[in-house]
Amino acid sequence: MDGLLALAKTFLLTIRDVLPIAAILFGFQVFVLRRPIPHLRQVLVGFAFVLIGLTLFLEGLEEALFPLGRLMAEQLTHPALIGGVSAAETLTWGDYYWVYLFAAAIGFSTTVAEPALIAVAMKAHSVSGGTVGVWGLRAAVAIGVAIGIALGAFRIVTGTPLHWYIISGYILVLIQTLFAPRTIIALAFDSGGVTTSTVTVPLVAALGLGLASAIPGRSPILDGFGLIAFASLFPMMTVMGYAQISEWRARRSARKAHQG
Amino acid sequence: MKKLALDMLRSVRESVRDLMPIIVVVAFFQLVVLQQPLPNLGKILYGTVMVVLGLTFFIRGLEMGLFPIGETMAHGFARKGSLFWLLLFAFALGFSTTVAEPALIAIADEAANVAAEGGMIERADESRRAYAFGLRLTVALSVGAAILLGVIRIIKGWPIQWFILSGYIGVVIMTVFAPPEIIGIAYDSGGVTTSTVTVPLVTALGVGLASSIKGRNPMIDGFGLIAFASLTPMIFVMGYGMMV
Repeated sequence: MDGLLALAKTFLLTIRDVLPIAAILFGFQVFVLRRPIPHLRQVLVGFAFVLIGLTLFLEGLEEALFPLGRLMAEQLTHPALIGGVSAAETLTWGDYYWVYLFAAAIGFSTTVAEPALIAVAMKAHSVSGGTVGVWGLRAAVAIGVAIGIALGAFRIVTGTPLHWYIISGYILVLIQTLFAPRTIIALAFDSGGVTTSTVTVPLVAALGLGLASAIPGRSPILDGFGLIAFASLFPMMTVMGYAQISEWRARRSARKAHQG
Repeated sequence: MKKLALDMLRSVRESVRDLMPIIVVVAFFQLVVLQQPLPNLGKILYGTVMVVLGLTFFIRGLEMGLFPIGETMAHGFARKGSLFWLLLFAFALGFSTTVAEPALIAIADEAANVAAEGGMIERADESRRAYAFGLRLTVALSVGAAILLGVIRIIKGWPIQWFILSGYIGVVIMTVFAPPEIIGIAYDSGGVTTSTVTVPLVTALGVGLASSIKGRNPMIDGFGLIAFASLTPMIFVMGYGMMV
């Protein structure tokens, strides 16, 4: 009974989130474009599916994944696991290797399941005529998030200032932009923003706040934030890298075919 | 009917595959590193089934509803040829989807607490609420402006790099002047503004526009709206932190 009640509540909240979007879409369609929507029934069923899907998805995350993820973030950042001693002061950044590994693994796996990223990958696949693979793009983005979050955890452990990392990241991204194939650039910039929504943010935020409160000398307020910024920066680099590698391989195999 | 059931079954299988990495990671760390049994196994199984079903329905709905309507509207606006209504639509879409975004509400409340502890505003609930609401409006305005600017870019076919470069320069300059407490939140707010429903819609809109305007390549010009929407909030939030 409780479960049903929670489900109904999530459903109402989801409707509240989607309602303004639906109002704008249908309002403009009816009053400005003044055209009937083609396949109206199918579109409405699609909207209902999106609502049902988001509700079940969020409810399932809230029931199963988030409590477990938060608990694990707490346990992994606990000094007792890391050093086996209670004296957290004597630990150096190298002792936190499980934390980095967990950060990278959770970053990768949650990104693969991120619905917004699946949507963009499907679109990119159909628009590029198949050159951009759905799985290739998702894997490239997920690797970027994994690197980003692991590095972000390292930053919290060492307490180095956030903006130096971000600014150097920006410079790298801009340099890569000069060399990446033109068709991938806009998509790469987009993949920075789509990585962090429903699944990743709550788990990653819990990890950051847990780390910042467990390590002596860090304040959750100043150091706990910033992981999400890392997670949106690195996918740009890995997606451009993915395009550069696939272009290079295509060129090499073309040359081979030419010679053979 | 049988085809639909088969389609659904295949989507469920794909959703399971999408979620497998999470399950593997959680199980590995719980059993091998932390060496503890999973608490509430029944609840976790129930939640996992829900997540699988939810993802399946969402992807179906995406293909049936969100993608087609985004593209239909992009084509409709291109045919109508009225720049004013298109830009108004772009702004409204960005603003309205952001102002009620749950992740943003959470971040804004957190930011208000930070500001109160840093002594930037009074500790009273009243001023915290006003601060959080102001921040939400700021971010929503910035996303609306970003989608509007992004649509203009698609119409004109300007290369995206120059916008991103100027955006980065803006972020760096603001970082120098903004109060240090706000920087982490500002950087994070760029990532949280784009929700699961907004992203497919905005992507379909951009790609639809680029493919209905002559001379635009949907791959080069169609993407990039989300990049704008994650860049402007950083600048605006740091500006808000300086003004209040």
